[in-house]
Amino acid sequence: MTIVVSRQEKISDRFYLVALAQGLAVTMKQMLKSLFGQGIVTVEYPEKRREYSQRFRGAHFISVDSKKTENCTACYLCQTVCPADCITIVAGERDPETSDYGVKKEKRPLSFDIDALRCCFCGFCEEACPKDAIKLSRSYEMATYTREEAQYDLKFLVREVKDRG
Amino acid sequence: MEFNDLIALGIKLLFIMLIGPGLVPIMVWLERRGSALIQGRMGPNRVGPLGLLQALADVVKFFGKEPFVPSSANKFFYNLAPIIAAVAPLAAFAAIPFGGTVLFGEYQTNLQLSNLNVGILAALAFAGLEVYPIMLAGWASNNKYAVLGALRGASQMISYEIAMGLALIAMFLIYGSVNMNDMVAWQGETLFGFLPRWGVFVNPLAAMIFLIGIFAETNRMPFDLPEGDAEIVAGYHVEYGATKFAMFFFAEYVAMSMAAALFVTLFLGGYGLLPGMESVAIYLSSLFGLEAMGLHNMKTFMGVGSFLMKLGVMLFFYIWVRWTVPRFRFDQLMHLGWRILLPLGLVNVVITAIAIYFIGGSI
Repeated sequence: MTIVVSRQEKISDRFYLVALAQGLAVTMKQMLKSLFGQGIVTVEYPEKRREYSQRFRGAHFISVDSKKTENCTACYLCQTVCPADCITIVAGERDPETSDYGVKKEKRPLSFDIDALRCCFCGFCEEACPKDAIKLSRSYEMATYTREEAQYDLKFLVREVKDRG
Repeated sequence: MEFNDLIALGIKLLFIMLIGPGLVPIMVWLERRGSALIQGRMGPNRVGPLGLLQALADVVKFFGKEPFVPSSANKFFYNLAPIIAAVAPLAAFAAIPFGGTVLFGEYQTNLQLSNLNVGILAALAFAGLEVYPIMLAGWASNNKYAVLGALRGASQMISYEIAMGLALIAMFLIYGSVNMNDMVAWQGETLFGFLPRWGVFVNPLAAMIFLIGIFAETNRMPFDLPEGDAEIVAGYHVEYGATKFAMFFFAEYVAMSMAAALFVTLFLGGYGLLPGMESVAIYLSSLFGLEAMGLHNMKTFMGVGSFLMKLGVMLFFYIWVRWTVPRFRFDQLMHLGWRILLPLGLVNVVITAIAIYFIGGSI
């Protein structure tokens, strides 16, 4: 349904110059505010960065334990839940006789690949993971020069990320 | 022509070539930083101190680009248009007086490239030439957006020139001369004992019409329909790149400073001293122990300073308005030009003529 709104124009509105002067006053006020460093809302990016929320979902990583071994047990839950189908895991085993962990962490990922170009950063993998292994950091600088660099492998994913980046 | 005249002419030419094109990078910087401040941004601040060399970097970029000519364009007119655009407003500067007279012993010269008796008409004629590059560029580009921009530019400039002319006629009636030096001399007096007798105080209506007219004439916001980015991409210069675009860009800013200089001369007392400047000049010359000639020259140079100050205020006003007012619709523009400013200008001429008939020239 169309709603017709008719405004009663005052004489000062029709004269236009009054409104113009008001507009000029507004911009001058903003300019003086900016001149003295008050009203500037942009950030000089490479030098200064905006602080994002702790819940920001950026580049992926896999959490590690005190011995720098990934917490992932290759259960495939994240690969299954992923709506963008960007996670590819190949599962393998550690020999309990020789491993430091004994029967713990017997199952491990041989390879853990994430196609960051497919990822939609929904965070479902994070939610599904029973070991809190796969996580999304707060790092948002994910631009690469080639498509190949955007294919994250296990070596990249177990990098050290403090305080979620 | 005497040898002295040649030297004086050379110095004045140099000064005008410094003022006209030299204002452009400053204007561009002021425009970009000013607009940033008005919009709560930082603006370009990386190149040089405070980003002052940004314009230089832009020029280097423009000149380093490939000179491109569209294959279907009319090459002669395509190349001619930016040249006319850059030359016409610079030529108009020749008629505008920057200061009074300078004395060197016996020798006396005007701080003006050519003291024409029809000075204002010459300046207006060169300013009117600015329509041609727009039409030529639009037509020669063989692009529909460019033609639309050119048509808009041509109709807009012609419409507003009439209102501007009417505002000027009222001022000619008041000043009783079309020589710009006479006009400035007329404005040198005071009104009611305290207000300088500037055109803007004597006839505010004509000043307003002329101001709106020069905004339309130089294609500035809110009258930048010929290059309305939202509807017709870039208008008449949509097919231009590299150096030729830089020339259009340069021409726009020179035309702005030229129109501002015209407004200052006609309505803001030109190179006349600002209130209080005279006593400063007398004090300074007594401080340095200058003779009458020194005092005269001191006053002249302070007059140049006063002119440049007024020019600066006008140029800032351009930028201020640009980042305040949105663009008009084309029918609104035509309505304002033909149905508001033109009758107002006519009424203004009649009222001024009647007032002068009764009061005489002694306002």
